[in-house]
Amino acid sequence: MPIRFPGKPGLVAYITVGDPDLATTHNIAIAAIDAGADVLELGVPFSDPIADGPVIQRASERAVRNGTRLHDVLALAAALRIERPQTGLIVFTYYNPVLRFGLENFCAAAEQAGVDGVLVTDMIVEEAAEYLEALRRHHLAPIFLAAPTSPDERLERIAAVCQGFVYAISRTGITGARTSLESDAEQLVRRLRRYTTLPIAVGFGISTPEHFAAVGEFADAAVIGSALVATIEQAGPKHAASSIARFIQGLRGVAKEPAVPAR
Amino acid sequence: MASVVTNRVAGRFGPYGGRYVPETLVAALDELEHAYAEAQADPDFHLKLDSLLRDYAGRPTPLYFASRLTESLGGAKIYLKREDLLHTGAHKINNCLGQALLAVRMGKKRIIAETGAGQHGVATATVCALFGLDCVVYMGEEDMRRQELNVYRMKMLGAEVRGVSSGSRTLKDAINEAMRDWVTNVRTTHYLLGSVLGAHPYPTMVRDFHRVISREARVQILEKENRLPTAIIACVGGGSNAIGAFYEFIPDKEVRLIGVEAGGRGSLLGDHAARFSGGSPGVLQGTYSYVLQDENGQIALTHSVSAGLDYASIGPEHAALHDSGRAEYTSATDAEALDATLRLARTEGIIPALESAHAVAECIRLAPSLSPRDILLVNISGRGDKDMGILTRELRLAGDK
Repeated sequence: MPIRFPGKPGLVAYITVGDPDLATTHNIAIAAIDAGADVLELGVPFSDPIADGPVIQRASERAVRNGTRLHDVLALAAALRIERPQTGLIVFTYYNPVLRFGLENFCAAAEQAGVDGVLVTDMIVEEAAEYLEALRRHHLAPIFLAAPTSPDERLERIAAVCQGFVYAISRTGITGARTSLESDAEQLVRRLRRYTTLPIAVGFGISTPEHFAAVGEFADAAVIGSALVATIEQAGPKHAASSIARFIQGLRGVAKEPAVPAR
Repeated sequence: MASVVTNRVAGRFGPYGGRYVPETLVAALDELEHAYAEAQADPDFHLKLDSLLRDYAGRPTPLYFASRLTESLGGAKIYLKREDLLHTGAHKINNCLGQALLAVRMGKKRIIAETGAGQHGVATATVCALFGLDCVVYMGEEDMRRQELNVYRMKMLGAEVRGVSSGSRTLKDAINEAMRDWVTNVRTTHYLLGSVLGAHPYPTMVRDFHRVISREARVQILEKENRLPTAIIACVGGGSNAIGAFYEFIPDKEVRLIGVEAGGRGSLLGDHAARFSGGSPGVLQGTYSYVLQDENGQIALTHSVSAGLDYASIGPEHAALHDSGRAEYTSATDAEALDATLRLARTEGIIPALESAHAVAECIRLAPSLSPRDILLVNISGRGDKDMGILTRELRLAGDK
């Protein structure tokens, strides 16, 4: 399972699949990987993204309007798995599209596609028995969110069921770029370390090389989402992939070769 | 099917309900659940709430025998439970007073809420004024347009009304925005959710605050008729007035419980809000229940002439009552609701809210097929002042003199 963070810090790149269209998303994904993303979160567009800020809401709306389905996300994953075998692939979704697809069907199809892990934004550990069982049967890593508001006993439960990495939310709030990184994040990572040896990725509000470097001081990886989605929105279909490559290279300060070039 | 009267697993009604939320909110939901449990065990909480319900909101509400409507339909005797006579004009105040007391107990000084028809928004703005709390109400722009009067009422009461322009600009979109606010400000803010929706403990807690409707109605009908009604009829958006009107009658197996959804302008997806005829189980906004959705799990747009029923999902306890067969769910169209509004206005001098008019429409359909020995108890959940703009326009369009 290639959920690994050879870069320091590691980089998890989130993109909304189908925004602006599936072919462009494919090019963006390849560009992101080749520019240095260790793990890709393939966002399943949903009509009611309650945890997302305006940037990802707009992307989601565009992708839903394009008719992007969970099937399409899995097909993209299958293609990426062949083209870039060393990159971690996560399906990032709200629960309802998965339920509609069928939990078991979804897990089987995701395994078939070569997906490594699944993060369901509105799934919490207390509700997850059946979900975890289905993921386990299909060798998919469950990734849960840990929040600054989660008390220690919850962090322990979350850490116990995560595989691959734990996703630590940097602050209370929805997704979206912020100008400054809040101090909640470092404290949360420190609390989480007591319960896990898994890598910890920090997400929400990370948008600049400075944030990225700052997160690298205390966490294993940073998740960049809204900043990428906004870059795609501004660049338009033709320039989206090259803009994403430049953005990611800019985060690390230098261009980084993919771990194992698969050309 | 598990018992639907007492749910053994907290927050589950049969398979429905639960808690499907971003992790950030879980601590706040736990805090609310504990605060609610403590309050329930505290006689002082009940004294305060009962006194507010009586002296401030105007409980008990009358159970009124609608003799002219009964006569004109020529069948069952019709009683109206007059929640429309409550302060602020709808049942919503029952829940708002309860949750405001809880917010004060939890030390939260900022209240947020969503509203569809504006009745819950007005009730929330009212209790915030009463308790000196900051108040922000999210409302879809389409609903702000069609329920304009309630927007002014909220502002008058000191609330900030934030328009929501996403999706169909109605109740579902307002809830999304309220949840985003809550996720961001969860440490200082109480989300005063207005229906039996959302993550546990809301569906249980909001139901409990509205149980007073059926508690009173059961005593009142026994006093007046010395027997239980044939059926209770209530409209169902999220389902708070309906669950309140049904709840104490659930053990009375001979009493039919009839929920009336919004049939809108047709049976195609997007033209109505009849979750039980057009929807399937899914997760929306924190809970597992029937949801109007497409084959890819995207939530469908909905339509109803009444903003309060214009919503893609339904409270999870209703889903369980539906599956067990204990309650029946039907729908009334926009046109039937408009006719029912006019009919109740002209026979009884009562203008019901367009939401409540859906229940009246079912009563009009059902009563003539029953005998004068039968009793129908219709919950008039709100009054129609807020709908005068729509009524004036729609009834004229329908060719009324």
